[in-house]
Amino acid sequence: MLDLFAAASAEGAWTVGEVTRRARAVIEAGLPPLWVRGEVSGLKVWQSGHWYFALRDKTAQLRCVMFARDNRRLPAPPADGMQVFVFGRPTLWEDKGEFRLTVLELLSTEAGGLWKLALEQAKAALARDGLLDPARKRPLPPYPRRIAVVTSPDGAALRDIIAVTRRRWPPAELLVIPARVQGDGAAADVCRALALVGRLEAVDVVIVGRGGGAAEDLWTFNNEQVARAVAAVPVPVISAVGHETDVTLCDLVADHRAPTPSAAAAAATPDRAELLQQLTHLGSRLARGLAARSELVAQRCDRTLDRLGAAMALRIERWRHQLSAVSGQLDVLSPLKTLERGYAVARDAEGRVLKRVAQFAPGLSFRLRVVDGDVPARVRES
Amino acid sequence: MAEPNFQEQLERLEEIVRRLEAPDLDLDAALKLFEEGVERLRQARERLTAAEAKVRQVLATHAGKPKVEDFDG
Repeated sequence: MLDLFAAASAEGAWTVGEVTRRARAVIEAGLPPLWVRGEVSGLKVWQSGHWYFALRDKTAQLRCVMFARDNRRLPAPPADGMQVFVFGRPTLWEDKGEFRLTVLELLSTEAGGLWKLALEQAKAALARDGLLDPARKRPLPPYPRRIAVVTSPDGAALRDIIAVTRRRWPPAELLVIPARVQGDGAAADVCRALALVGRLEAVDVVIVGRGGGAAEDLWTFNNEQVARAVAAVPVPVISAVGHETDVTLCDLVADHRAPTPSAAAAAATPDRAELLQQLTHLGSRLARGLAARSELVAQRCDRTLDRLGAAMALRIERWRHQLSAVSGQLDVLSPLKTLERGYAVARDAEGRVLKRVAQFAPGLSFRLRVVDGDVPARVRES
Repeated sequence: MAEPNFQEQLERLEEIVRRLEAPDLDLDAALKLFEEGVERLRQARERLTAAEAKVRQVLATHAGKPKVEDFDG
């Protein structure tokens, strides 16, 4: 301290560097890291990811910087006007001669303030790109063959999904794409896993999610990049984040939202028992259909037979009429009829009919045919 | 993958039943439809009663190509 007043003459003048360096040492020694409360003002996010802003109250302002390595854990920069608590180290920037607070931690005074803010910002960005449009939602395939599951490989969520799928829809194949679903790097992991789906063959539907958990752990599924990765999956996605009350961005972008992983698996699959019933029903309709068809054909056969019989009877009747007519004529023409009336026919030994007197030579033997037989006869020899 | 998927199978079965139930069909065609229907029913049933769902896991290789292997979770 004494040194500050020792430079009383022009000869002993300090350089700017010396003063600011000394001032910085004094500030850093006299003001250890501390919590400050104030209103955020003039926030700028630099390309480097560092945040620059001021904290204000009614009487003063304090310039602050929060470096990228410290603000990375936060969901979003605070908005201007927001009341925050910061924990930081007071210092002096020698090159600018500015008093600064290097912020290490920043909390909103509102419950969930920063998260809520970040969520709103991300939601607005997704909405701008049309990703929240309900018309985007694709129907789930009714009978999936391949179901991809993006979740933690050792979580309860996966166990539930496997159990429900095995019970409801054994023809399916489950492809587990492991991803950490909470903690540092979880969002990037989930994005990578979702991107992998597009490179797999014949995946029909995707389930992305986790079992229950604390609300803070939902952040992975409220991440804008994760939401965009969900939207980019080429097949329908079911979000199962396992939180009844909070709707995550992932839920909003997914084609279907399920409250739990089990519900997601049930939404992804048809029920085998129901389908078997349906098949049984179709089988009996098939049998009934054929039976009805055969019955119809049999009836038609019967009718045809009846008509055939009737036609035949008619024909036979007609033939009988014709026959009796013909036999009547035959009767009339029959020589027997003539013989019956008392005529006789004379025939020589060779059976030739003797019709003229000249044929009857004296002494000729011949036979006379009468109605009931032959009579031997001879012409008298005059 | 020439094998029809379950949905096509089910739709064809429903169509067969509908046609079989329609009144204008000769016995020969009806028998053919019936036989096809029975065969498809058998296949569909077989599919539903197949072994339990397979579970496999997908890992990304360094080349970025996904690798599918059995999952023992």
